[in-house]
Amino acid sequence: MIKVEQLSKHFGSIKAVDGISFEVKDHEKLILLGTSGCGKTTTLKMINRLIEPTSGSIFIDGKNIYGRSPEILRRGIGYVLQNNGLFPHYTVAENITIVPQLLKWDSKRTEKRIAELLEKLHLSTDQLKAYPNELSGGQQQRVGLARALVADPPVLLMDEPFGALDNVTRSKIHAEFKALDELKQKTVIMVTHDVQEAFELGDCICLMDKGKIVQIGTPADLLFKPANHFVESFLKEQRLQLEFKAVRIKDIWTLLPQAKKGGDADLHADISVWSGMEKFKSQRADHLNITHGVETRSVGLEQLITAFYKYQNGQAHE
Amino acid sequence: MNEHQQTLWEFMRQQSDKLLMQTLQHVGLTFISLIIAVVIGLPLGIWITRRKSFSGIVLGTAGVLQTIPSIALLGFMIPLLGIGVKPAIVALLLYALLPIVRNTYTGITGVDTAVKEAALAMGMNKWQILFQVELPLAMPVILAGIRTATVINVGVATLASYIAAGGLGEFIFGGISLNNTNMILAGAIPAALLAILFDFLLSRLQYLNLRKIRTAAATLPVLLVILASFYFIPSAYGGKLKAGFTPEFMGRQDGNLGLESKYGLKVHPIVISDAVMYKAAYEKQLDVISGYSTDGRLKAYDLVVLDDDKKIFPPYYAAPIVREDALRRFPELEKTLNLLSGKITDSIMSDLNYRTDYLHQTPEKVAADFLRSQRLLKDSRNGSNGIVRIGSKIFGEQYILASIYTMLIKGNTDYDVSTKTGLGGTKICFDALNNNQIDLYPEYTGTGLLAILQSPSKTIDALTADKNKTYDYVAREFEKKYSIKWLEPIGFNNAYALMMREKQAKQLSIKTISDLKRYLESNQ
Repeated sequence: MIKVEQLSKHFGSIKAVDGISFEVKDHEKLILLGTSGCGKTTTLKMINRLIEPTSGSIFIDGKNIYGRSPEILRRGIGYVLQNNGLFPHYTVAENITIVPQLLKWDSKRTEKRIAELLEKLHLSTDQLKAYPNELSGGQQQRVGLARALVADPPVLLMDEPFGALDNVTRSKIHAEFKALDELKQKTVIMVTHDVQEAFELGDCICLMDKGKIVQIGTPADLLFKPANHFVESFLKEQRLQLEFKAVRIKDIWTLLPQAKKGGDADLHADISVWSGMEKFKSQRADHLNITHGVETRSVGLEQLITAFYKYQNGQAHE
Repeated sequence: MNEHQQTLWEFMRQQSDKLLMQTLQHVGLTFISLIIAVVIGLPLGIWITRRKSFSGIVLGTAGVLQTIPSIALLGFMIPLLGIGVKPAIVALLLYALLPIVRNTYTGITGVDTAVKEAALAMGMNKWQILFQVELPLAMPVILAGIRTATVINVGVATLASYIAAGGLGEFIFGGISLNNTNMILAGAIPAALLAILFDFLLSRLQYLNLRKIRTAAATLPVLLVILASFYFIPSAYGGKLKAGFTPEFMGRQDGNLGLESKYGLKVHPIVISDAVMYKAAYEKQLDVISGYSTDGRLKAYDLVVLDDDKKIFPPYYAAPIVREDALRRFPELEKTLNLLSGKITDSIMSDLNYRTDYLHQTPEKVAADFLRSQRLLKDSRNGSNGIVRIGSKIFGEQYILASIYTMLIKGNTDYDVSTKTGLGGTKICFDALNNNQIDLYPEYTGTGLLAILQSPSKTIDALTADKNKTYDYVAREFEKKYSIKWLEPIGFNNAYALMMREKQAKQLSIKTISDLKRYLESNQ
């Protein structure tokens, strides 16, 4: 889907991005993770040509992005910014309509699409006439997301999209973000410096430092097979929580007891162990029914945690 | 002339059509220049946000223009654009430029970078970003700049009357020269009200919410054009001869009013400052001007005085006026000052003025050269027997006279001299004398009669035909009222006069004001 080859960006003598290459598959969520100044935002902005690279090339769907005018390219790529970048002099509706207007959609099509998005993003139609400054930070960010998604672009770039939100709002939006089926059809590249967020939202994490990629892989790869000491120390804090988030129930499926039980499924094994544990807490349940493929097992919280530790030990010995 | 004190309201009612015309001209001038300033300043401000390296030069230049004193700027314009509307508009527009360019620049650079980045990332092109994002968001700041420029222009437009572009300055500066408070206020109050009104209206525009500002920004140009159309060219142009009079001359019985009532002369003059009037006549921008008969520029610009055959201009014979207590304190003073009596004729004074005003010699040099030619120059005795304080008004002739008196006193007596030259107008100079700040200064009989004594019109009519009667009358009244003595006249008569270019006057064989009238009527 997106292929980056030997991409470099130099600002004077500073090599902000230094010859990086990576690939993002269709519908994959790639997180560019790193400290400030590691080159992650520069990398992201080169994909929609907000920044022109010093050298290297980028392909989307096999086509070189420098073969098209930047305006046309950008209209096909959703972009979400940390400070939402909503036009303060436009209403919510007008803000969302910007791209359809640039693409010359007719108003019926636009209206229909907006109505659809509002529902998915839990925004009310009353808010369409409001100005951005009349909305809460979380609502503004949802509008920013709606604006990026309205023309249904296959690619979505997000620059620290939740960075300006408080913790409570952020975890709520994280949950919605993961649940949004609209996003399941998108190829997403997201920049963040928040390790927790990266592990929660990413299929794949690209850890950068000083303009280079240190390691790229699944969250579990980074945790259990760190490429070097830098990766290890970067993830050292909150390591336990990260591991709970990086490991999915299906990864430890074989380690769970086989006790079958009747009744409907409560959870799907695709979710992380962390989310499973949260479910136990929120439902105050002793046992939950977890489905993996055709199989459903009834599992207790302790059994889940025991299985997780067994898995962890196994990884360590590998 | 009114003998009872006229109230401001009466004055304004009496002059209401003039007041209305001046106000409309004022509004028109302000907004014509403002529109042009916006048309130039807005794109310029936008351009320097794109070419940041030019922003310093552009803003610096506009800043320097702003610091040029308004009168000087108007003066620079005359050789380039002549007099009248064009230089006034250009000068006003130069003043309006800085706030507009600067605020456009600041407004656009101040737009949230996240918003600009979002616009770019959504695929807007640079024109869409400019018109849909940058300009609307910068609009409050840009409007603030336009507001500042408007208020500046309302103020500076008062000076447009100096170069015959009309406006409320005609009343203001006429009133200052005529010592007529009502006239000053009739110009100043409407000017101030205009400034307050426009400031208020534009402030409302500025604080409209961001959505309404789009309609506001659209209606603004329309409004500006309507206001600008208020200006219609002052009615002087079109006649056979173009006349330009000073604001002072316009309002005086012994000026334009007398020309109309006694001669029946209607020249539809435009109002212009005397600083540029002579030059404008020389450059054929004007044909008939009002001036002073001893002005040095008469010679410099080849102008001739038209004979006042019906004697409407009262005599303005110059003589030193001295406090009587000073004459007692300095017994030799009167004799010394009278050494100059009858020595300076009109043509000599005109020549002396020519040397200071046009050849730019110092008054001291001109004074010394003159005294030497009269064999009156003596070395200073470096006396210490008291100090005589000499004052003068703020124009060349008075400086020369003050220098001459200084040299005479130092050379012929044991008194020392201190000079306080450049004392504004008649009022300031006379008040200084009357309040014992100075001992003497040169004054003119006509000024004494009209400006200081403010004599009733009957008295004036009875006196003005005869120079001796005028002198006797002011001498008597000054002694009685102020204990100030008029010494013997110096000789020249610096009266009001109508003047024309010598060549043109000869061509049309106009020698007297009556000739002028006949010429104008024969051609109409």
